[in-house]
Amino acid sequence: MSRPIIEFIDVVKAFGTQRILDHVSVGFPEGKTTVIAGGSGQGKSVSLKLILGLIKPESGQILIEGQDIASMKRRQLNTIRTNFGVLFQGSALLDSITVFENVALPLRERRSLSRQEVHRRVEEMLDQFDLSGHGEKYPAQLSGGMKKRVGLSRALMLQPKIMLFDEPTTGLDPEISMEIYRLFFKTQKKFGYTSIIVSHDIPKVFNLADQVIILKDGKMIVFDSPEEIQFSVNPEIQSFVETTMGQVYISQDIEKLS
Amino acid sequence: MFQYIEKLGATTIYYLRDIGRMGLFLLQSFAGVFSHPFRFRETIRQIKEIGSSSLGLIAFTGAFTGMVLGLQGYYTLSKFGSEGALGSAVALSLIRELGPVLTALMVVGRAGSAMCAEIGIMRNSEQLDALECMAIDPFRYLITPKFLATLISVPILTQFFNLIGIAGGYLAGVVLLGVNPGAYTSGIEQSVVNLDINLGIVKSFVFALLIVWICAGRGYFVHLIRGAGFGAEGVSRVTTQAVVYSSISVLLWDYLITAVML
Repeated sequence: MSRPIIEFIDVVKAFGTQRILDHVSVGFPEGKTTVIAGGSGQGKSVSLKLILGLIKPESGQILIEGQDIASMKRRQLNTIRTNFGVLFQGSALLDSITVFENVALPLRERRSLSRQEVHRRVEEMLDQFDLSGHGEKYPAQLSGGMKKRVGLSRALMLQPKIMLFDEPTTGLDPEISMEIYRLFFKTQKKFGYTSIIVSHDIPKVFNLADQVIILKDGKMIVFDSPEEIQFSVNPEIQSFVETTMGQVYISQDIEKLS
Repeated sequence: MFQYIEKLGATTIYYLRDIGRMGLFLLQSFAGVFSHPFRFRETIRQIKEIGSSSLGLIAFTGAFTGMVLGLQGYYTLSKFGSEGALGSAVALSLIRELGPVLTALMVVGRAGSAMCAEIGIMRNSEQLDALECMAIDPFRYLITPKFLATLISVPILTQFFNLIGIAGGYLAGVVLLGVNPGAYTSGIEQSVVNLDINLGIVKSFVFALLIVWICAGRGYFVHLIRGAGFGAEGVSRVTTQAVVYSSISVLLWDYLITAVML
């Protein structure tokens, strides 16, 4: 595995008396895909929010390229955040502006570009995601799959080093889910970003993973490959494998996806 | 016994945190004015949304308030043979008291509730998180333009309300009930002094601040408000709460400012 671009060092996160992450230490390797899986309420989305600095841990360090974001001021944090792209569960498109304006937003706010250059880059991005002709629509006029594509194009607009996917296929039908995974492959190949995917869509999402993290009772159990999970002797992991993946791990979708 | 102490402690901590959050919210909203780039167009759009679009409602409310004051004032003053003082009674009531308060309450109902619901929905659908993740300051981008627009719009709307109200009083008192028009207008000229106008302006600024602070703040922290619930229900409860708190604050501060400035 390559060196970690993101590291959790002895991280504790609690809500009230409930400890979501209990002295967790883990690394996310650069240029690779890490899948975070686990049951509901185990802290998958909390882990993403910690990485983004949207919430702070009770104790411990969260290092992004060696810099601890847990103790950073907003301005420093914003500089770090320009390295991130995020695809939210519900796409999180600003619903009072058009698709074009949503995709253009990071460029307009974070780069000093001419109006023509912004227009050119946004049109190019919309074209890549088969969204040409939909620029003047509002998010409420789009289907779930289209919203995800707009969200992905907005997230990739600044060419981030790290992409975070929060339940990228939740609520989508299988065909659209496959389309999102295809886009994931295509864009990761093109942009070469490190990706972290939080998903319930097991085992499909494991087919994308270089590293898998399973969250259980406040701990992160790390597997260097999805195959390793099958052979785990940990009874809790075996139970997880049986309930989520069934007896057969290798999905026929692998061939389709790759 | 210990349960009660624990609950009391937890409640105290919750309210202290809430006050702290709201205090920081206010500071960050003003700090947004100095963040680059300032969203001038959005501020103008918000002035249109909060101010211009409320003109009809304010005109309607102002006209009928003035007419009622004209009618009531006439019947009260006529008992003492002082119908000539109707103009000053209507103008002073409007400029010092009813204009700022009723305008503020109308803005709470029309723009404050919409503001709270809009920001609350953005919070619940992760739009505010998305802004932060794109390294866009949600205060500069979203909250500060609403703050400035409300602070600019409410005092102007208040003066508009007063003008229409005085005209309404004229219609009821002079046109319908036959009060001398010269007495009505000269009564206003002689009785309204700078202090009255200043009092009205100070009130309208303070009310504007209270409205936008409470309504925008409640929407922004919709996910942290105890007992609000989640999703659409949470937003609707917090919006109701914002309207109630803003209205109560307006009435409370109305008394305080009057007591201090009189």
